[in-house]
Amino acid sequence: MSNVKTVYKKSEGLSDFHLSYCPGCTHGVIHKLVAESLVELDLLDRTIGISSVGCSALNYDFFSCDMQQAAHGRAPAVATGIKRVKKDAIIFTYQGDGDLASIGIAEAIHAAARGENITIVFVNNAIYGMTGGQMAPTTLPGQITTTSQNGRDPETQGLPLKISELMATIPGATYVERVSVHDPKHVFKAKKALKKAFEIQRDKKGFSLIEFISTCPVNWGMTPKGAVDWAVDNLIPYYPLGVYKDKTEGIE
Amino acid sequence: MAKVLMKGNEAMALAAIKAGLDAFYGYPITPQNELPEYLSKQMPLHGRAFVQAESEVAAINMVYGAAGAGARVMTSSSSPGIALKQEGLTYIAGAELPAVIINVMRGGPGLGGIQPSQADYKQITRGGGNGDYYLYSLAPESLQEAVDLIKESFDIADYFRNPVMIAVDGLIGQMMEPVDFEREVPKWDLKPKTWAADGNRKNRKKNIINSLYLDPNDLENHNLKLKAKYDEMRDKHQRYEMINMENAEIVIVAFGSTSRISRTAIELLKEEGINCGIIRPITIYPFPQNAFNEIPESVKNILVVEMNLGQMVDDVKLHVQGRLPVHFYGRVGGIVPEAEEISDQVKKIVGGTYE
Amino acid sequence: MINEKTIIAGFGGQGVMLMGQLLSFAATEKDINTLWFPSYGPETRGGTANCSVTISDEHVNSPVISTPDTIIIMNKPSLAKFQPKLKVNGICLVNSSLVKDEEYRDDIRVYEVDANNIAKELGNLKVANMVMLGAYLALTKVFTEDEVLGILKKKFTGSKAKLIEINKYALEAGRKAVL
Repeated sequence: MSNVKTVYKKSEGLSDFHLSYCPGCTHGVIHKLVAESLVELDLLDRTIGISSVGCSALNYDFFSCDMQQAAHGRAPAVATGIKRVKKDAIIFTYQGDGDLASIGIAEAIHAAARGENITIVFVNNAIYGMTGGQMAPTTLPGQITTTSQNGRDPETQGLPLKISELMATIPGATYVERVSVHDPKHVFKAKKALKKAFEIQRDKKGFSLIEFISTCPVNWGMTPKGAVDWAVDNLIPYYPLGVYKDKTEGIE
Repeated sequence: MAKVLMKGNEAMALAAIKAGLDAFYGYPITPQNELPEYLSKQMPLHGRAFVQAESEVAAINMVYGAAGAGARVMTSSSSPGIALKQEGLTYIAGAELPAVIINVMRGGPGLGGIQPSQADYKQITRGGGNGDYYLYSLAPESLQEAVDLIKESFDIADYFRNPVMIAVDGLIGQMMEPVDFEREVPKWDLKPKTWAADGNRKNRKKNIINSLYLDPNDLENHNLKLKAKYDEMRDKHQRYEMINMENAEIVIVAFGSTSRISRTAIELLKEEGINCGIIRPITIYPFPQNAFNEIPESVKNILVVEMNLGQMVDDVKLHVQGRLPVHFYGRVGGIVPEAEEISDQVKKIVGGTYE
Repeated sequence: MINEKTIIAGFGGQGVMLMGQLLSFAATEKDINTLWFPSYGPETRGGTANCSVTISDEHVNSPVISTPDTIIIMNKPSLAKFQPKLKVNGICLVNSSLVKDEEYRDDIRVYEVDANNIAKELGNLKVANMVMLGAYLALTKVFTEDEVLGILKKKFTGSKAKLIEINKYALEAGRKAVL
């Protein structure tokens, strides 16, 4: 067996639990990037992750660091509560679009406004996944969901919220970037952004939010490949990728 | 140590600092504002955390976070704000975390008023949020008792790994009385918080703070585990005071400010030859049901006095079990009853003219 | 043996709360039981304000005073509200600068003090409350003027220290107005 070489292994930042996500969903990739970033920066032992409500509610089992599960939308408040008494801990929240952009928008904005030294991992797939495909604040105009069955009508259901653009306007925020994981090149870019966010937190430079454009093949009614293509063709044009704010580089 | 004259809200804040408060998270609401105001100055001076949150909901979720990380943490509010905090409270109870919540009650429903009230009795004693859970709830009647109980409440919360509510009315929050802050309070036998998700995983397995149990068997077991705590509270940790019970012909049941006013009422009644006792619940959860087994034969009637329209009276009836007539007198809207009103009610009952 | 129950009432901003607090601080200083209880409105200025102060050798029970021994009346509405509660032979101390030509019960002791004008003559209308407090101390002898000034000296430090002198004169002027 001496000629067997390990060319790839699961990150130490992830537990042995089977992920509960649907085939083709990008949560798995994003989990891997969070875990790898924390391990590579040697931060895992002092990290506390905050699970939110949504498809990722169970991820307190998936990461191998300390974890606390939060009520719907409240993860940034929970993170604040912890960070203020554990200043050297690394705190990240992991929130979907329903959790952060809808019920938890106040907590997200005010955590940024206070310049809380935490990192928000925001996963935007333009739909409520766990509850069965309802309209999210980030659902595109015309997009069909179980609560916008004729397609989202901007006249009555408004226009999507652009969270990275919004958070970048908040003076207290240090670093805001939108990334995607639809191909290897973008996965590498996304990991770079995540690592930068955790470094900013480690160096006590303040609030960071990384928005991931994600997919939901099941609730979008698409194949995994079709969902990735739809995200590239529809979500990314509406939600352009890039750095929206980086005080450490003078980008505001 | 000499006594210090302080406003109730400030005295309660200082008591929490004396108890080793690590963090306070709150949101402004009358009539408890002096409490966070005082802490906004004092906590940073002690190197401890203070955050004025964006909402009551955020504040209680900050409390949940800090409690999960093993800190001694507190929030305070008043009735409508406590209603908003129910989301966090049920999570804190569900995840078995210690925290202290001070409720300086005002009148309701809705925005209600800002004057003293005890109309949150049911919200406090029934848990308040979703699911089967309870808060260990203490209702002091004076500032000294409030300070002593708050100092002890952090131990109680740690012991049970359960939120403790300090239920006072606006009167106690706003009044000034001399207080001795150095009085000894009972110390509970506490274990180290090895369960805390405090980001210190180096030499242990990871810790998870959670209230989610998707498997019905797991959730039932969890609910039964919680119930065992509430049973222990009921069986071993009821607190109450029985006042002037010997040969009493009637007993007033009242907590907090109302019990204090009732103390004056029974003095007035004594002058008229009426012997009236008081049962004063100190814990309103667990309800001090044992007190009702100790009522002497001489007692023929019970009068429950509250600053609401009859909430605790239901618990009294439940535990008197029809053995004695239970009457009720309440004032609401922020009106605090005078001692004479209470003694008049007693006289009507004793004289048989009560309707 | 002290058992003095006082209600002090007026407009918000007249220093009604401070008068009561000074009495409670003086009591605490002498290790006498005391309880101060405000009736508070949402407005900080201009609304009605009153506080109840109990000073007693015995344990203080009800914070609410239903039959005061003394009432200090700083404005008209307060007289209407609290005169009926005053105990028989109790002291009704009235700021006659603002409360004039009123009908009083004949079973109480009424003392009128032209507090606003006395305070103006001293150079600061704001010390009208201290003029009334001086009169109260002279009539009830609960504390000496020096005991109350001692509390003020602890409260007024730094830039406020210069206010102690006028407060001293105000207490004296109040005493002279009723004796």
